[in-house]
Amino acid sequence: MKRVELIDVSKSYDKQVDVISNINVTIEPGEFFVLVGPSGCGKSTMLRMIAGLEEITGGTLKIGEKVANNLSPNKRDLSMVFQNYALYPHLTVQQNITFGLDVKRMKKDEQHKKAKEVAEMLGLTDYLDRKPRELSGGQRQRVALARAIVSETPICLMDEPLSNLDAKLRAHMRSEIRRIQKSLGITMIYVTHDQVEAMTMGDRIMILHEGKIQQIGKPIDIYNYPANPFVATFIGSPPMNLAKAEFHETDKQLIIGSEFKLNVPAEEIGKLPRTSMTIGVRPENLYPTTPETKEEDTFHVEVTNVEILGNETIFSFKLGKEEWMAKWGGQWHIDIGDSLPVHMEFESLSIFDEQSGELIKKTIDYGKYVSNKEVPS
Amino acid sequence: MRMSLLSKIWIYFLLLVTSAFVFFPVLYAFMISFMTGPEIIQGKFFPESINFENYTKVFSRLPLMNYLLNSFIVSASVMLGQLAVCSMAAYAFVFLKFKGRDFIFFLFISTMMIPWEATMIPNVFTIRKLDWFNTYQGLTLPFFALAFGTFLLRQHFLTIPKELHEASQIAGLSRFAFFWRVVLPVSKTSLVTLGAYGFLTTWNMYLWPLLITTNQSVRTVQIGLKQLQSQEIATEWGVVMAGVIVVIIPTLLLLFLGQKQLQKGLSQGALK
Amino acid sequence: MTRFAHFWRKSVDGRAAILYLLPSVILFSVFVFYPMFRTIYLSFFLTDQTGNAAIMVGFENFMYLLGSSEFQNSMKATGLFVLYTVPITIILALFFALLANEKLKGIGFFRTMYSSTMGISVAASSVIWLFMFNPSIGMFNRLLSVFDFPQIQWLLDPEWALISVAISTIWMNLGFSFLILLGGLQNIDEHLYESSRIDGAGYFYRLRRITLPMLSPTLFFIITISLINAFQTFGQIDILTKGGPSQSTNLIVYSIYREAFINYQFGTASAQAVILFIIILIVTILQFKLGERRVHYQ
Repeated sequence: MKRVELIDVSKSYDKQVDVISNINVTIEPGEFFVLVGPSGCGKSTMLRMIAGLEEITGGTLKIGEKVANNLSPNKRDLSMVFQNYALYPHLTVQQNITFGLDVKRMKKDEQHKKAKEVAEMLGLTDYLDRKPRELSGGQRQRVALARAIVSETPICLMDEPLSNLDAKLRAHMRSEIRRIQKSLGITMIYVTHDQVEAMTMGDRIMILHEGKIQQIGKPIDIYNYPANPFVATFIGSPPMNLAKAEFHETDKQLIIGSEFKLNVPAEEIGKLPRTSMTIGVRPENLYPTTPETKEEDTFHVEVTNVEILGNETIFSFKLGKEEWMAKWGGQWHIDIGDSLPVHMEFESLSIFDEQSGELIKKTIDYGKYVSNKEVPS
Repeated sequence: MRMSLLSKIWIYFLLLVTSAFVFFPVLYAFMISFMTGPEIIQGKFFPESINFENYTKVFSRLPLMNYLLNSFIVSASVMLGQLAVCSMAAYAFVFLKFKGRDFIFFLFISTMMIPWEATMIPNVFTIRKLDWFNTYQGLTLPFFALAFGTFLLRQHFLTIPKELHEASQIAGLSRFAFFWRVVLPVSKTSLVTLGAYGFLTTWNMYLWPLLITTNQSVRTVQIGLKQLQSQEIATEWGVVMAGVIVVIIPTLLLLFLGQKQLQKGLSQGALK
Repeated sequence: MTRFAHFWRKSVDGRAAILYLLPSVILFSVFVFYPMFRTIYLSFFLTDQTGNAAIMVGFENFMYLLGSSEFQNSMKATGLFVLYTVPITIILALFFALLANEKLKGIGFFRTMYSSTMGISVAASSVIWLFMFNPSIGMFNRLLSVFDFPQIQWLLDPEWALISVAISTIWMNLGFSFLILLGGLQNIDEHLYESSRIDGAGYFYRLRRITLPMLSPTLFFIITISLINAFQTFGQIDILTKGGPSQSTNLIVYSIYREAFINYQFGTASAQAVILFIIILIVTILQFKLGERRVHYQ
């Protein structure tokens, strides 16, 4: 179980602009670390630099306290699972699994023993003599996994390993990979563009955008306290609603998207900037009104689209140029064109500096505790 | 695809007639090879009896066995040589990054524009200088490097996902081991295509053996046919045709077995 | 030192590439590039019997060739031969390929029949055709006599010799062209036909609007190859006619061969080889220029 450390790592092609710059992160031994970002953000490049498949043009990469910048891939003591699985089409499942062991000249009977163990773990025992083309997508994926596991390397890299599977299988494999990683205690560096994978699998996640780190942290912290509007919209589905807002000094009101007016509690006024800002609110924090709701916290919106998902209802409406979405629990009979009262609270707002995008005000902690669990002070 | 009975019959009719036309000369030669002199002059199509007299004659008149063996050695060597030389070059063009790669590839492709006949005069002198007249190396070595073969294999190598290369780098495979244990086995179909093509074209080669062989030691069957034809022409066509049948059987067999493969492989190499 | 180490590490692929390319590069240099330049060089000289350059004559070899009726005749014969063989071979091969592309029982047998001539060497085919063209016992004249047509001296008649050689050559080249075209037809996406079927298109409409456009890269390839092959014809001439009668079948490669290895005129032979090279270069370039505009690549 090794630590992976990136110090000021950057990457450029032909001495042109950096595609990745100033990456500083330490991935702890045994950690499940997820790199997530939209396509083209540099996450795969970063993974491939760790693997040794791409040259590091700036900074230092340390694997287990040792500088690894110029080590060849096989000297880095890691395994890798590729998006297209990279199975050798001319070899059987068994030979695919033991390929790396064979290269290291392990004895044949020992190879067989290990392959058998891993095949059992992944339910591949019946397929050992088949060729990859005779397997389904999910089975191929398991072979790729088996190949990584059997190498017994302390670090495993995965590059979008689930993106070629259908949704149901993907959900299943998420928990399976997670389970294997925990039971073997390997350090996992996992690249995905899917924020659900990132949220559900990672101990910590790093969000990359245009080659720069946007935020590193525990999934739930990133969800609750996104460092900037990019993270706010990237994590969460539907994404956080954003709008420009200004503080109106005399009315002590926040004017959102020049339409909504929201009263600001007296103790918060001092913390707000006097310039314009970006506010964000999650769709689940736009509530239906109740008889107790105060009239000044209620907005009337015109519904432009409705999706009823059975256990929840999502509808959209326009706020200025922005399209906002709200998510209400349960089934609601809403039609396009309806005018609905929507209730919003100042506490649930995230407020970002308009220039730097920095988070100025966090939402309150909405986390709930089960009755018999001790609440930390 | 559903087809009406009428159009089916019509297509079968066309298929039968045209393919009979195409195959007729071979069949005719086959029939003649069993005929006696008088039968041939009478202009029959079917021999009165199947007798192998012409075949025994042709083997006694010419060292045909020797020629067959020579042809086999030459064709097999060219085939193996081409596979080795072309696959190595194609590997370098696909999996190695180096300066001037595009330029060297262009140079390779440009050799396809140079007709071999335009270079044969200096080549004969080169072979003479090397003292390679009447040797196997003189017959084979000039054909080992083949731009078409390199191109065909390169096209196939390009379809190998780069992740396969990366996965074997992580597994610690050396360059040569990757070439030998992954690239070549994965490209078996293209190698078979190129091999069959190389064997076929070499077996059928005519001009170069004509220039390079002056005695019987390494002479190939094609030149043997010319010899046979000019010796026997007026009298014994049956013997000549027996020779023809003996010469075409190996390549016809190869073609029948590998027809599908050859057709797929060649049209792929041609187009992508 | 570290800079050197860095360079050494970065160039490792390059050093490996040298090893992998070396055999090809050496062979191409010795047997293609060097002799090509040597041929061009020799074309400016008169040579001795062993092929060494003796007297530099500049373009005189070329001037001589262009003025000689023998060479003009050879060029004319070559041009006619190309014209006779290439279009007919391709049209026939395309027709056969279309037939053999139907999904019918036993189609594999017919495919094998059509492609069979690819497995028959030029020498063997020539001998077979030599017999068929034989004026007294060959089957062509027998057929003519059955229908009471006048006999033809096929290979011995200057009027007919080139046509006879062309007929045999068309047959020899059918197999290869057929295989390539069939391969091209089978690469066409079946869905295209299905959607046109839904639109109710007939067979010839589909042929014109789908098959031929989609086949155009293959057609383009096979036309180029056939043209080049036709210019390089040698074996059938050597066995069937030896360039005769009265030089009517003295195609360019045969002419080079005779000039060099029978008359030992390596200078003029080289000049002819250079002309052959230029012709093929022009054909290829023209093909690509024309082809670029016409061809629909998928």
